Amino acid sequence: MGIKLLTNNINVAGIQKLDTYQNNGGYDMFKKALSMTPDAIVEEVKKSGLRGRGGAGFPTGMKWSFLAKPEGVPRYLVCNADESEPGTFKDRYMMERIPHLLIEGMAIGSFALGCHTSYIYIRGELMYVYHILQKAIDEAYAAGFLGKNILGSGFDFDLHVHCGAGAYICGEETALIESLEGKRGNPRIKPPFPAIRGLWDCPTVVNNVETLMAVVPIIKLGGDEYAKIGIGKSTGTKLISACGHINKPGIYEIELGIPVEEFIYSDEYCGGIRNGKKLKAVVAGGSSVPVLPAELILKLANGEPRLMSYESLGEGGFATGTMMGSGGFIAMDEDTSIVKNLWTFARFYHHESCGQCSPCREGTGWMEKILHKILDGHGNISDIDLLWDIQSKIEGKTICPLGEAAAWPVASAIRHFRSEFEEYVRNPQNIIEDHHYYRLNNISQESV
Amino acid sequence: MPKVTIDGQSIEVPEGTSILQAARLIGGDIVPPAMCYYSKLKTSGGYCRTCIVKVTKGSEKDPRPMPKPVASCRTNVMDGMEVQNITAPDLVEARKGVVEFLLINHPLDCPICDQAGECDLQNLSYSHGIEKSRYEFKRREFEKIDIGENIKLHMTRCILCYRCVKVAEQVCESRDHGVIGRGDVAEISTYIQKAVDKDFSGNMIDVCPVGALTDRTFRFKSRVWFTKPMNAHRKCTKCSGKTVVWLSGDDVLRVTARKDKFGEVEEWICNECRFERKETKDWNIEGPRHIDRQSVIAQNHYEVNKQLKIDVSNQKLLGEKAHNKQ
Repeated sequence: MGIKLLTNNINVAGIQKLDTYQNNGGYDMFKKALSMTPDAIVEEVKKSGLRGRGGAGFPTGMKWSFLAKPEGVPRYLVCNADESEPGTFKDRYMMERIPHLLIEGMAIGSFALGCHTSYIYIRGELMYVYHILQKAIDEAYAAGFLGKNILGSGFDFDLHVHCGAGAYICGEETALIESLEGKRGNPRIKPPFPAIRGLWDCPTVVNNVETLMAVVPIIKLGGDEYAKIGIGKSTGTKLISACGHINKPGIYEIELGIPVEEFIYSDEYCGGIRNGKKLKAVVAGGSSVPVLPAELILKLANGEPRLMSYESLGEGGFATGTMMGSGGFIAMDEDTSIVKNLWTFARFYHHESCGQCSPCREGTGWMEKILHKILDGHGNISDIDLLWDIQSKIEGKTICPLGEAAAWPVASAIRHFRSEFEEYVRNPQNIIEDHHYYRLNNISQESV
Repeated sequence: MPKVTIDGQSIEVPEGTSILQAARLIGGDIVPPAMCYYSKLKTSGGYCRTCIVKVTKGSEKDPRPMPKPVASCRTNVMDGMEVQNITAPDLVEARKGVVEFLLINHPLDCPICDQAGECDLQNLSYSHGIEKSRYEFKRREFEKIDIGENIKLHMTRCILCYRCVKVAEQVCESRDHGVIGRGDVAEISTYIQKAVDKDFSGNMIDVCPVGALTDRTFRFKSRVWFTKPMNAHRKCTKCSGKTVVWLSGDDVLRVTARKDKFGEVEEWICNECRFERKETKDWNIEGPRHIDRQSVIAQNHYEVNKQLKIDVSNQKLLGEKAHNKQ
């Protein structure tokens, strides 16, 4: 078994409750943190090399040290629990199973950053997790881990949970801040960055759930020890939510740097492809990262095995690489239709575009319509080139990364699976008769 | 003062000036087009992405180029910054893409649109667009609605520039409308049972870059290029009273604020001046308004006509003189 830092106690009965959590060493790290100086905690996080687990992979310690600290202005730590990326479901599981770990992480983070009020912004669809978190927060208040003068240290800290209203875009940090302020969830134009002017125009740090949880083991082990786990600049462990046509879908905590092949085929993790099929493609980090065909995801261009790490997955740029993203690992077997899959993603981004800037507002819908046309068997070869052109005109021209998130899957699918698009255009009848188009989730024709 | 170089032309501008403003100070072809930015409205801009430019050198201190094109209207200049606009072919191509995106859901009903002739999108697509649309699907459509006594909303034409929202926030007493929905079905709408009837709300018509918000007192009265714009003023207690009246014969067909060469309102005018003063006797007419825009309304050469009249009368005088000599 690999190292487990976040999920080691996940199966303890009643770990949601404060007393069980405390019996398993809960809040000890918060007590330890309170005995340290805030700057020392930031230093430990810097030393640990922890990188943002929400998708971009920005070093957390660096982000924390960028926080502006003007006198007399409050600062805020916001936890981004608006996990809505198709394929990613790690945060939901962790908050549901071990809510106090997040509260402890946020308390340590807030102490380190000097925030006296912090927020957890949770997506609206996770109402039941909201209640779990609220219950845990109430317990923490009652036990004196939150509130005024925590454990006699003189540190005041209030934690609130706020529920979104069901918009993917509110997972973008500035849109999240707008939504938290009670406004329409439109991303802000940067700069200024939230570290200078965020929530209510005050300096703000927005971190992912898993990032904040990872602060607890960093305090426990110390930054240097934590940095020894993993490989190169990808330190520590990462939660991967594996789904798709694999034998064992679920959440796996991996030490960064294990080979992708081991992750897919070993019984400890995904357990191989379902029904003995062959692997066709993998979306390695949630729907917005480029899809890679099996030969590229398992091996690098130079023939070495590809590893589950920020660098190795990104090796070769977008021509032959992808991204770690948020850890939403979607495996697709040989029967999967890439075009159909892409249409599903395109439909999602069309539905979730906020409509603020024109390339994303108009382009996402256009791409979805073209893909729908191709799937229906009315496509032309020129439509494939048009799709390529549209995605290139969205990418990098938008206010927030949703434009890129919508463009990358399209670009990578055409880059690696162009022949399949052409097959849809040339012989639509064959494919539709094959029920290739209608098949989802490997349900064979006989069993329908 | 920071010095910025745009397409090879340098200028020194005060701290906090945007790239777009600096380009406007230089003037000429290098000024990026802007559909949503409005210098008189705070926090406007950044949405339409037509003003994108390429920053090839961030600043003297940090010379790294910016990784993506930036919205010039919302990016401030830094000392030593180098910017490429029309000299970067990939950027020109990218802008074409943005114009195409703006047009795919725009109805292209210019022949029956009151804005035609003074429409920013029309100008933009002439100067930066491609001649043919590659979009072959049904365009999004909305019902036309009256959002107030004097303003018609034709949402199908809207490009969601948010200018009217900013006018309501910053010029009017309160905001009774906003954007609802998201993505390509986001729309401008009033709050339930509210009408846009606050004073100065008529300025939304002037800031609208397309024909989405039109003046109900002027709708279908005339094509704008058949009317004569005249500078006019009256004594008004609420606003400066300085306007442009658009005449057909001696009838005042509409009243608008005065716009500068970037199509931006010089001074906001009140709803009384705009909608209720429709008689020539209400106004002191100063003379023909010079329209400095590349659209068809600039083609009505009143000023030239005036010159011609003087020339003709000179000729007449000369003729008379010659005649008298004989």
